[in-house]
Amino acid sequence: MHHYLQIENASMVFDTKNGKFTALAGIDLHMRQGEFVSLIGHSGCGKSTLLNLVAGLNEPTEGVLLLAEKEIKGPGPERGVVFQNHSLLPWLSCYGNVHLAVERVFGASESKRRLRERAMAALELVGLAHAAHKHPHEISGGMKQRVGIARALAMEPKVLLLDEPFGALDALTRASLQDELMRIVRDTAATVIMVTHDVDEAVLLSDRIVMLTNGPAATIGEILEVDLPRPRDRLQLAEDPGYHHLRSQVLAFLYQKQRRPAKAA
Amino acid sequence: MSAVTFHEDRLDTVMKRADTHTIPPAEAPPRSRPTPFFETERGRAWLAGAGGLLRAAVPPGIGLALFVLLWHLVAASSDGLPGPAPTWEAAKALFADPFYDNGPNDMGIGWNILHSLYRVGVGFGLAALVGIPAGFLLGRFAFLSGMAAPIISLLRPVSPLAWLPIGLMVFQVAEPASIFVIFISSIWPIILNTAAGVARVPQDYMNVARVLNLSEWKIFTRILFPSVLPHLMTGIRLSIGVAWLVIVAAEMLTGGVGIGFWVWDEWNNLNVEHILIAIFIVGIVGLLLEQTLMWVAKRFSYA
Repeated sequence: MHHYLQIENASMVFDTKNGKFTALAGIDLHMRQGEFVSLIGHSGCGKSTLLNLVAGLNEPTEGVLLLAEKEIKGPGPERGVVFQNHSLLPWLSCYGNVHLAVERVFGASESKRRLRERAMAALELVGLAHAAHKHPHEISGGMKQRVGIARALAMEPKVLLLDEPFGALDALTRASLQDELMRIVRDTAATVIMVTHDVDEAVLLSDRIVMLTNGPAATIGEILEVDLPRPRDRLQLAEDPGYHHLRSQVLAFLYQKQRRPAKAA
Repeated sequence: MSAVTFHEDRLDTVMKRADTHTIPPAEAPPRSRPTPFFETERGRAWLAGAGGLLRAAVPPGIGLALFVLLWHLVAASSDGLPGPAPTWEAAKALFADPFYDNGPNDMGIGWNILHSLYRVGVGFGLAALVGIPAGFLLGRFAFLSGMAAPIISLLRPVSPLAWLPIGLMVFQVAEPASIFVIFISSIWPIILNTAAGVARVPQDYMNVARVLNLSEWKIFTRILFPSVLPHLMTGIRLSIGVAWLVIVAAEMLTGGVGIGFWVWDEWNNLNVEHILIAIFIVGIVGLLLEQTLMWVAKRFSYA
């Protein structure tokens, strides 16, 4: 199963007021099952566009995407998305938000009791069983993001797509959610694609880091294998020369090879 | 094949953990004379609440007192306008027997109010029945919205009473004609606010719907409708306000039983106290309608 997710020569061209805009050009990427891949690059380079292609929210102008040997056409629950701004429905409780997803995927085949158990199990997985009845406006930003992760996981997706999931959080909350995500990924053996602009986050979490060149017509610049042993501990890694070497490779890519043009600040 | 599996035994651990809380035995409070009510926690809270209420009531109270004083002064210097005291006396007499019935031209004030409310209820109800679905359609489909835009822009600013002759011509009878006027003048805020609400459903929520692959029905019940509800309630509130504004004028023209007709009748009897009372009634009923809907809207809003 080396080619669980295949992205073959994918390009994305948007029609804008000022003519055509090529966001992505000739993206080739293969992922194996259970792999954690980060997409990193300067903002505007098309990382989220690439993620949206996998999510099915956008269709590639050229090329093809395959998941478990089936072509990706449109969004579907076998690809769980965690949005940057959590996107919880404010009129549903945490439980209600997760249950909506569970009901959609398993509602036809399973009993109501089983659906309830699934929703609660997903909330428990992110440590929020106690907040099940709360509404999104009653909980913190970090908790909302965890509910978003629970919602995506509850669908038992083939691949989990995270779009800068911790970008809007403070550093301490982000660190604890990263640890939690590592635990969840270990426990569930999930296949994950994560968009990030945080170098430490990418190195800490990923098996491979895919670095995108600056747009327009962004493509894959380099792919870095992160061969640090798991489970990883952020304190131990801080003193690990291997970690720093990887980190400086990503930094070199971002700030030397792909230095941002000054105008696009 | 799924890459994600759950550890359901975790759920059980949590359940058990919740049960292991033990409450330490409460220490018996030392026996002494009972504390006076205003020194207990509840008493203090009560005092603080009463104080807050008092502070909140002072400015409106002063405002109303000044208003009554001004009214009194104006009435004293004019020969036709009754002052607050005679109006109050007349109101007491009027409300002593609000539900008498001496034939269609002489009914108690209660009947008049109820008849007006009935017309507003029917006219507004029909407007909501037509306007809410219309608003959803216009908000969801840009083409329909484009089609309806010129018609709505043209008809919306028309004075409600201009519709009355059309109503009378179509229905031949006064009752449905005035209901028609209520309908046509209160439908626009509902349509426009609902449509605006649908058009403004955040793209994030629609993305959630797409990612979860929800059915159209689920999209409507779980995402569109709750998201539009606050806008919808605003439309309904504006619309019932318009309906209540219009009913007095419409009834003045059509006659029958109703608060508007009653005002006209009392004008013909030169009973100015009753006209003033009617103005207060219209104001108070309008306020109550609005407050009720505000309360309902609050119940339905999610944040």
